Amino acid sequence: MSQAITKRPSNRGDAIFAGLARLSGLLVLVLMGGIIVVLFLGGLPAFKQFGAGFLISDDWDPVQNSFGALVPVFGTIVTAVLALIMAVPLAFGIAFYLTELAPLWFRRPVGTAIELLAAVPSIIYGMWGFFVIVPIMAEYVQPFVIDSVGELPWIGAFFQGPPFGTGILTAAMVLAVMIIPFIAATMRDVFDTVPLVFKESAYGLGCTTWEVMRSIVIPYTRVSVVGGIILGLGRALGETMAVTFVIGNTNRIATTIFGPGNTIASLVALEFPESETGSLKLSSLLALGFLLFVISFIVLAISRMLLKPGAKA
Amino acid sequence: MSATMTASGGVPGAAKNISASEALGRRRHRLNTIVRTLCVIATGLGLLFLASILFTLIYRGIGGLSLVVLTTSTLPPGSHGGLLNAIVGSVIQTFLGTLIGTPIGLMVGTYLSEYAQHSKLGDAIRFVSDVLLSAPSILIGLFIFALLVAPFGGFTGIAGCAALAVIVIPIVVRTTEDMLGLIPVALREAAVALGAPKWKAIVQVCYPAARQGIVTGILLAVARVAGETAPLLFTSLGNLNWSLSLGKPMASLPVTIYQYAGSAFEDWVQLAWVGALLITFGVLAINIAARFVLRGGK
Repeated sequence: MSQAITKRPSNRGDAIFAGLARLSGLLVLVLMGGIIVVLFLGGLPAFKQFGAGFLISDDWDPVQNSFGALVPVFGTIVTAVLALIMAVPLAFGIAFYLTELAPLWFRRPVGTAIELLAAVPSIIYGMWGFFVIVPIMAEYVQPFVIDSVGELPWIGAFFQGPPFGTGILTAAMVLAVMIIPFIAATMRDVFDTVPLVFKESAYGLGCTTWEVMRSIVIPYTRVSVVGGIILGLGRALGETMAVTFVIGNTNRIATTIFGPGNTIASLVALEFPESETGSLKLSSLLALGFLLFVISFIVLAISRMLLKPGAKA
Repeated sequence: MSATMTASGGVPGAAKNISASEALGRRRHRLNTIVRTLCVIATGLGLLFLASILFTLIYRGIGGLSLVVLTTSTLPPGSHGGLLNAIVGSVIQTFLGTLIGTPIGLMVGTYLSEYAQHSKLGDAIRFVSDVLLSAPSILIGLFIFALLVAPFGGFTGIAGCAALAVIVIPIVVRTTEDMLGLIPVALREAAVALGAPKWKAIVQVCYPAARQGIVTGILLAVARVAGETAPLLFTSLGNLNWSLSLGKPMASLPVTIYQYAGSAFEDWVQLAWVGALLITFGVLAINIAARFVLRGGK
């Protein structure tokens, strides 16, 4: 009897469970390491063949077996940045509306609807972009912009070209719609972390809603807001299916925002099925994947550092 | 800001001052109204995008929706095929991907919340998991291709499941850790004080207490991978024939939509819209269900 009472529970279960948990944790590290190593090794023949020239060559010529990363890297960064320029003001407006302006009963349904925008699969955005946005762009937006802004000196050159509807700007617009919910949700969450006392004090002094936003909420949440924006950038960089439908898929540096182009992800998705195992082309695609991973990793790492709790102000 | 504050608090009495502060007040309120209006417009635009997507899907998809689509496999153009093999393939791959990814994600989340906390290893795993959460899914497809497809000489359904599992893991990690973190320490202490070993305290006390949050995370993961196209292009490839074998290429709804939407045949494009309608409303329904589960506990 006394033996039964003093008998301590066995430690074996604890050791097994803790071991399993730790092993799973290490598996995540192995996964990340594996992705980096596999993409790098896969791209190694291309890196060896072209050297640093891979980064600055605008070739993509399967016949001559000459490949370069310049065009897709350019397209990836330009579309993502343009998308960010369009998405940030809208996302900010939505977050501001949801935290300060909307009636309380209205906040949850609207917030949920905006979040559902993030749940729509990327291929659906591609189809929507291709069948809805592209015709609007080709018939109304592009002819109008080409005839008005396109006639201006200096900047006009960026707004010319044939109005096909597809192209860099259309891709950036679809990307913008896709990243709005991510940025808006992050902004809303960090706006909600501002202590009520701060806001009430400002209102008590007679500030308008906008003044409270500009002078209290934004300075208080500045760092996290930037983190949320960069998170949106990270999302836009790697988006594949939506971009593939609307960017025009041409391996040429677009000189106008209506020009066709490609991104790393769209090029990989399109060219991959036509690449033989062991070919230099496949290796170049894996090398592009490695570049995309490095770019995304850096962007996401910055975003996470800014969003980390306690990284305020 | 500070300028407007001192001005509005100006000394009353002097007529000049009053009219100046009134003008300032009007300007401040006008600016406020403009910004508020812009915010309402921004929110309206966001809702308009969602409405436009849903309307387009219903408008173009509902006409082609019929029992034939749900009971027939994909056939050559012009022969009244359906989407059965794609739907079944998607269900199988989503289910298996979630089945493989969830336990791993659950254990990683448990490790971060209960064991590692803010140790160096814990921070590293948390960081890597968060990066994986937002990493381009097409790269996960390339990774699994190089790991499971190229060495074995063929696209397989199981490779598709593996790619989806990799996407599931960080989603489940995030929600599991967050939800376990919400459980009061006193609950764990109570379990341990009764003599329960730590693992039993976690499995029998913490998991049930965090159940709703964990289920929400799993549902969100299902919703996310069910619509994934890019990682499946290089792993399970797609299959126009009926096949349940995990060792062969396997059809999936998103990949079929991708192949059909870009084709020149009208009936294939119509089927793509039907597939798009099914997948989107399925994914959104799971998402709403996930929110419902989470709210049930509060």
